[in-house]
Amino acid sequence: MTNINMKNKATGEIVLKSVSKSYGYGETLKEVIKDCSLSIEAGKLTVMIGPSGCGKSTLIRLLAGFEKPSTGTLTIDGKPILGPGKDRLVVFQESALFPWQTTADNIMFGPIARGENTKESRDLAGFLLNKVGLSQFKAKFPNQLSGGMQRRCELARALVNLPEVMVLDEPFRGLDEMSKELMWEYYANLYEENRHTNFFVTTDIDEAIFLADRLIIMTNIPTQVAQVIEVDIPRPRSLKSLFELDRANEIKMEALKILHTEAMKSFKSGSKAAADFIDAYSKRVEPLAS
Amino acid sequence: MIRSVQKFFFNRSSRRATIAIIVFLLFWEICSRSLGWFGFQVPWIGKIPAPSAVITAWIPLLSDSGYWLSWYLSAKRVFTGFLVAMILGIPFGLLLAINRTAYGIMFPTFEVLRPIPPLAWVPAAIIFWPTAEMSIAFVTFLGAFYTIVINVLGGAQSIDQRFFQAARSMGSSQWDIFKRIVLPATVPSIAVGASVGMGITWEVVVAAEMISGGGSDGGGKGGGLGFFIWDSYLGGSYQQIVVGMISIGIAGYLSSSLIRALGDHFSKWTRR
Repeated sequence: MTNINMKNKATGEIVLKSVSKSYGYGETLKEVIKDCSLSIEAGKLTVMIGPSGCGKSTLIRLLAGFEKPSTGTLTIDGKPILGPGKDRLVVFQESALFPWQTTADNIMFGPIARGENTKESRDLAGFLLNKVGLSQFKAKFPNQLSGGMQRRCELARALVNLPEVMVLDEPFRGLDEMSKELMWEYYANLYEENRHTNFFVTTDIDEAIFLADRLIIMTNIPTQVAQVIEVDIPRPRSLKSLFELDRANEIKMEALKILHTEAMKSFKSGSKAAADFIDAYSKRVEPLAS
Repeated sequence: MIRSVQKFFFNRSSRRATIAIIVFLLFWEICSRSLGWFGFQVPWIGKIPAPSAVITAWIPLLSDSGYWLSWYLSAKRVFTGFLVAMILGIPFGLLLAINRTAYGIMFPTFEVLRPIPPLAWVPAAIIFWPTAEMSIAFVTFLGAFYTIVINVLGGAQSIDQRFFQAARSMGSSQWDIFKRIVLPATVPSIAVGASVGMGITWEVVVAAEMISGGGSDGGGKGGGLGFFIWDSYLGGSYQQIVVGMISIGIAGYLSSSLIRALGDHFSKWTRR
């Protein structure tokens, strides 16, 4: 089963308009997202990067439909997002594979849930199992797989449902550097083959630039869009291109400048940690901001 | 067979265990015989029948059908109570976990009744149940029931949210979520509840038999192992008391091992 064509007309444009999300009320009110507007273009691999704790995960939960925004709208292809659905599937950084099911059963979970246990979906599941390189492990339980293998199984589990939008929340975080870079190439390859809408969230700038068509840089909490950078590095991408291309380094410098500015804002003046950080930063041999 | 015996003695911890148990038995034997051998009686242990006397009393019992009948009666009560506790406890625990209204209505009452030790129910059970046999079964049921419900409830409530989120995203119905997420995820907790519940059931059945006078057969050795102990005490046959105690220990160990093995089998996915 080598030639299953997963390409179809790219859909899945997600638009956020003036979205805000807060928790608590009165004195305990915590604003996580404030007046955030952005669009995730159909057929593109959009990467969102921001400082840790800025509210990216909350944004993903809103996108996925697990929570509703306090104000503002989220739409997919024009239709409002009211709850979870298979048109937007999320792969989280902590494995959500069902530990009591084997690899193969996990992958077939979605189709079976929707009553689509057909030859077609089984073939697709088999194809994906092969594609992610886990055919030898199809009868193993998640407990018996390494971290990287679990990630790949989750990718397959999501892809078998042919979602319009694939959402990935720091999925490669915690993997060692080598596994991570393999996963980048692997995932970029997967994307380049079928060009579905992908939304990838990370804190790793190299990961972001390697993968992105569009790079959305977020501010600190309460978060909104700081900058959008079109990453016009040609595809297919390789790790070499990331290190050698000037354009890649340009983008990286630009993004880092913005991120550092945002990170600095996170420290309230007067706190010891802030003073320490600002002190170390100001003593850098080559200041970033110029 | 020889091989496994050899392996047993090569292992340092089994050697230590064996030596420790032998020393313990020797110590017990000496202390129990202390009055006759040394002329003064070691306090406490001196009054207990010696292991040799226990074995001597045990051997004729092995061919006494009444003795094995006690085993059978106690085991029957244990497994009956345990089974009913599982059949009622697992659905009840799951119901409390998934339905807020049910939890709000039933859990407080359950929690108020739970601290009452099953044994405290014996007099009430005797009054309310038509036969003494059913009274004992009810009391043993209670012991396991509380444990199983608490474990099932805790297990189901601690299922990670991510699993529900993933399932809902992929289009699972409520029923599908129950069948393919809640149930399998709770199985390890059920196994734990069953293991602990089985142990509790044995404790309760023995005491219940002592208090209630042995159930349907009454008299002689027909009332289960707990009654057997009590009866031996009343009849002044102290060696048989120890025989009874050790018998219960063995019976409890066998049942717990069985339940644990079953539980482990169904919880295979929790281990690497």
